Amino acid sequence: MNPTLPVASAMPDALVALTLALLLLAPLAIAGVALINTGLGRSRSAAQALLGNLAIVAVTAIIFAVVGSAFAGCLPGGAGHTFQLAGKPWNWLGAGPFLLRGLGTAPAQRQLALIFEFLAVALAALLPWGSGADRWRLTAGCAAAAVMAAFVFPLAAYWIWGGGWLSQLGVNFPATGEGGAGFIDAGGAGTVHVLGGLSALAVIWIAGPRRGKFPKEGFSTAMPGHSAVYVLFGCLISLVGWMAWNLAGAILWLHAPLAALPLTAVNTLLSGSAALAATFVVTSVRFGKPDASLCANGWMAGLVASCACAAMVSPAASLFVGLVAGIATPLLVELFELALSVDDPSGAISVHAAAGVWGLFAAGLFAPQHGQLVAQMVGIATLLGVFLPLVYLLFWLLNRVVPFRVDADGERIGMDLHELGGGAYPEFVIHRDESYR
Amino acid sequence: MKYAGLIVMPAGFFLSIAALVLFADPVERSVFVFCGLAVEALGLGVAVRGHMQARGESHS
Repeated sequence: MNPTLPVASAMPDALVALTLALLLLAPLAIAGVALINTGLGRSRSAAQALLGNLAIVAVTAIIFAVVGSAFAGCLPGGAGHTFQLAGKPWNWLGAGPFLLRGLGTAPAQRQLALIFEFLAVALAALLPWGSGADRWRLTAGCAAAAVMAAFVFPLAAYWIWGGGWLSQLGVNFPATGEGGAGFIDAGGAGTVHVLGGLSALAVIWIAGPRRGKFPKEGFSTAMPGHSAVYVLFGCLISLVGWMAWNLAGAILWLHAPLAALPLTAVNTLLSGSAALAATFVVTSVRFGKPDASLCANGWMAGLVASCACAAMVSPAASLFVGLVAGIATPLLVELFELALSVDDPSGAISVHAAAGVWGLFAAGLFAPQHGQLVAQMVGIATLLGVFLPLVYLLFWLLNRVVPFRVDADGERIGMDLHELGGGAYPEFVIHRDESYR
Repeated sequence: MKYAGLIVMPAGFFLSIAALVLFADPVERSVFVFCGLAVEALGLGVAVRGHMQARGESHS
């Protein structure tokens, strides 16, 4: 299995048609995450939250088409920007055409990979939006999404999927990844979820917690999501999107044969299911009853972890991967909120960043090829050591130009009235917020 | 303190890269890459601690 795009031979027409069909189903993952982001926020910010999800998808599509796709090396163009270090080439930035020039004449596989990356950048940019719920301004959210689509995501995508240095680790350093595989991330656990989760952490640090979340004295204030129905339905439709996503990723980045695809689908389902069961048990033991919101988080964490390894591990390993993700997620959510004072309404850091890291590590642990674990650890080190500081720096600078946080009055009346002039549920009576101190 | 933590994290990344360049033996390379990850975890811990400290000061 070699995840570098340029060496792939021409895809048969049937595989092109199947991949295209899968890519048309994959946006259901985005819809699911959008519903979860909205449901885990407050009712007085619901319209702004869902509009924000839609706007971020639009902004990332435009910016990625104009600029980002060139840096991600999606379409045939230049050879990429390379420097030499220790006698090895380090291919660090794509040099494709801007504005998608040459799209119509590009090989089918490159066109399909471009669609995959359009969806991936949208999902990565949606994750911080959920974490900044109830206090992050819409314009600032769109500006941050533009920054991610223009430079941050393309850099990660090129390194991992586009033939960049991470995907070439196995070629340049043969002990890391047998057969030239290098760092493997077929479903975007790193490129999408770890990157999005770390961006969420940066946003939370810059925007700060919701007013009244962490009072001067006592424990943090519980601010439950306004609709468990949105959240749980979002989880259900995410399953369809995730299966399509992982299958399309396996075809595009691992060149998986048709016969290997059912295993990938089953592994995705098993990972999510094991994670849900584990979270169900953990929350039942801890609180006396299962917690719907945390169970949703556990389910999503299992799906996220499956992105990295569903195409390359056994069903038993998938169950284990999901089980660990499901046990860890509710504990991490609690740790971040109660011990570390991180106000993350959608739980993106635990669900996407932490589960993504675990999935990438597990892919190395259970991969059949020797040496894969080192390649996976180098990939994880790159995501944590390069992208968190980079995203924090870029968002910190952006915050100086487009302030992230809404003013106190806007937060009090809700983002819907403040930013849109009307609420999501105009017939509901909005009660005074008792937690507001 | 938060910024110090964020500066330490790339140092962990460079340690991991150094492991690839310096060591041919898979075991040595793995250990060194793991050390790089540990340095990153340390940096992240310092950054989180810095965030909590800053929040405490803004309350007082």
